[in-house]
Amino acid sequence: MKNFATILPCYAADTAGVCSALYELGGMTVVHDASGCNSTYATHDEPRWVEQPANIYISALTEMDAIMGNDEKLLADITAAAADRQPAFLALCGSPMPMMIGTDFDALARELETRTGLRCFGLHTNGMHSYLAGASEAMLAIAAAYVKPCEKVAGIGVNILGATPLDFGLNGMMEHVREWLETNGFTPVSCFAMGNALAQLEMAAAAHVNLVVSCAGLAAADYLQRTYGMPYVCGVPVGAMFSERLAVALRIAADTGKTTHPCTFRSDAAPRGMVIGEGIYGGSVAAALTAMGIPTTLLCPLDAAPELLGGGDIAAEPEAELRMILAQRQPEFVVADPLYRYILPANTKLIPQPHYAFSGRCFDKAIPDWTGERLDADMRGNGL
Amino acid sequence: MKQYERPRSIPIAEANRDGFFPSGLEYNPPARGTWNIVHTGMLLPEAHQIYACAQGCLRGVVLTAAEMNAMERMSWIALTEADMTAGQLEESVIDGVNAIIDGLPYRPKVILLFFSCMHLFAGCDVPHIIAQLSEMHVDMHFTDCYMIPTMRQNMPPAVLTAAALYDALQPLPTNPKAVSILGNDRPTDENAELVRMLRENGYVLRDITLCRTFDEYLQMAEAALNLTYLPVAKMAGEQLQKRLGIPWLHLPVCFHYDEIAECYRLLCETLQIPLPDFSADIADAEHALETAATMLDGMHVAIDFTAVSRPFELAELLYDHGMNVRYVIADAAGEDGAFFDRLQLKCPEIRVYQAVNVNMLQMHAEPHEPVLCIGQKAAHYFASDHFVNIVANGGYYGYAGVKAMAELIMDAFTHPKDRKTVLRHKGIGCESCLM
Repeated sequence: MKNFATILPCYAADTAGVCSALYELGGMTVVHDASGCNSTYATHDEPRWVEQPANIYISALTEMDAIMGNDEKLLADITAAAADRQPAFLALCGSPMPMMIGTDFDALARELETRTGLRCFGLHTNGMHSYLAGASEAMLAIAAAYVKPCEKVAGIGVNILGATPLDFGLNGMMEHVREWLETNGFTPVSCFAMGNALAQLEMAAAAHVNLVVSCAGLAAADYLQRTYGMPYVCGVPVGAMFSERLAVALRIAADTGKTTHPCTFRSDAAPRGMVIGEGIYGGSVAAALTAMGIPTTLLCPLDAAPELLGGGDIAAEPEAELRMILAQRQPEFVVADPLYRYILPANTKLIPQPHYAFSGRCFDKAIPDWTGERLDADMRGNGL
Repeated sequence: MKQYERPRSIPIAEANRDGFFPSGLEYNPPARGTWNIVHTGMLLPEAHQIYACAQGCLRGVVLTAAEMNAMERMSWIALTEADMTAGQLEESVIDGVNAIIDGLPYRPKVILLFFSCMHLFAGCDVPHIIAQLSEMHVDMHFTDCYMIPTMRQNMPPAVLTAAALYDALQPLPTNPKAVSILGNDRPTDENAELVRMLRENGYVLRDITLCRTFDEYLQMAEAALNLTYLPVAKMAGEQLQKRLGIPWLHLPVCFHYDEIAECYRLLCETLQIPLPDFSADIADAEHALETAATMLDGMHVAIDFTAVSRPFELAELLYDHGMNVRYVIADAAGEDGAFFDRLQLKCPEIRVYQAVNVNMLQMHAEPHEPVLCIGQKAAHYFASDHFVNIVANGGYYGYAGVKAMAELIMDAFTHPKDRKTVLRHKGIGCESCLM
């Protein structure tokens, strides 16, 4: 089905995912795109832009440079900016026009490493995929380049993988996830990629298990599993009961070395509600509600691997398909970004969960922190 | 001051008039008041905007509409890799537009259909698409519009969109007493002599910013004369002159009294109306400027190009009236090149800043002396809560515009603003869900 929308917004793109994932790590990220296109990321996809400026720039690509294949200008501009800004590393990613002309980002990255002496990542975005794809590639690149073998921490060390404000906003939720880990006897080691500097991410191999909180962390999790034998657990500690399940799953994974997906927990009972959202976070909310005795499924409009879909879950992207599914299922309630209100069946109640990657700044002050019991309280407040 | 490979500022005396800084990587400062093509498109009553672009390009325009609480007037078609390689670029757009129209709860009068850099780069047959859609939906007007920032140097999207707004106008018998102003994002200040002269001489003044319905908009085609005063609007005037035969005058927003006088002389000569005596208006402007200079008492002043289309002309005016202009944020001299030349000699100590330079990233966090800023970018970079909050001249024009600028400066001096909140609002004057 053709992807068009009469009224819904689209999700943040892969380039925004790259920028968001690398934002706090001290590097310099360059999106190879036209002047002005950085305004979209800076305005709508990046809540840290004003208070926590970072070296995220656009190459100001022109039609003539594209036609003439003038990569030398890009290389010279990045080299000059790197000399001025002194970043820890460089990352270069692409937009639709570089895709059209076949820009070789790996070759450009190698050339930049030679010119600047800095590590440089060529990332393969084209502005046509969701933020999860870009963030995933960026987190994998950081893990592969910087994580080194090291001694394990005492107790059960845990890395958080896949955290960006695009999914979790800036409402303190990731701090609460860290607190939750500590309260449950785990040792937080690193967080890819909020609230930690590059030096902390380098120590990720000191952990025993990874907690993957969005699909953006899956590629890095797979890499760390392959390379360091670290299993991972997919889920976000939302809701009191689901958080307990997740803690148990982390302990079992650390013990057995087996990866699990608690976010897919569903009930055989007829579902009352649906969550529209990101595969792991949205799936966790559905699991939390189900654990509370409110059978709920996930409608995932973003990239979600089949293993992340629980019983009754469905992946769908175009607006028309989403409308059709909602009309068929007629859920009693839907947990979703408020801008989904336009396509809900008349009798379906909306429980708002603003999602920065969808509605940007529109409801940023209302993005909920549903860690632990906070979800239960909010759901009770919504009459569930 | 740190020596950069790519300096963020230079003394005006060393600046090359045609381009002050080499192009390079660009930073995007968090000052959101300038309008984009979505804001402009929303000016056309009963029109619906459809963007056919890649997801990354769609995101900014769609959320602009969302923040304006105007999602019901915006739709999109995502361009994919398959669209680019399957040889069905045109069919993909046509099918998408048809599906969107079928799903709309109303029949728009006009569809503003935006194509992207990718379409032009791939040689998409835009006239074919417009012709096909026009044939399928005879009750609608389809206008091809362009979001093509890679081609910004030759075909700036803001200019193309300002012109596209008038594409739906159809020929009407000329009303000798009707004048339209084209290409504005807000109505012209009612105090402007321009407005006063037209009204006193019995002219109906039309402006798309004042049109509440599509029918009102269509009446713009009866104008005996079209006026533009913003640089971005010139193409709109040119095109309507060519397509509908409506005479057009470009009377730029000026700050120098001789330039303003010349604009008014041209207007009166064209309309065959008497040229008024403006001495009282000039005296009012002078008085306001002198009062502002006294109030500022040497406080440094910064001007940025988003506030006014002729920042160097404004800089000279303020400098000549005793205000301490120290900084101008601009990439090149435009219509005010002659004033730039004079400033180079008159006050070579003025520093010119590049708005998008990567080394501007932390400038707002550096220590600054108190600076009265004209424009949002200046307010951000100089971390000043004392700023004039306008874009694109704010609708002010003529001697009354000079007086208004002096009054805005005094107001900015007296009443500091909540800078972060104000700068966050996208598109000054537009509705916003953030406020």
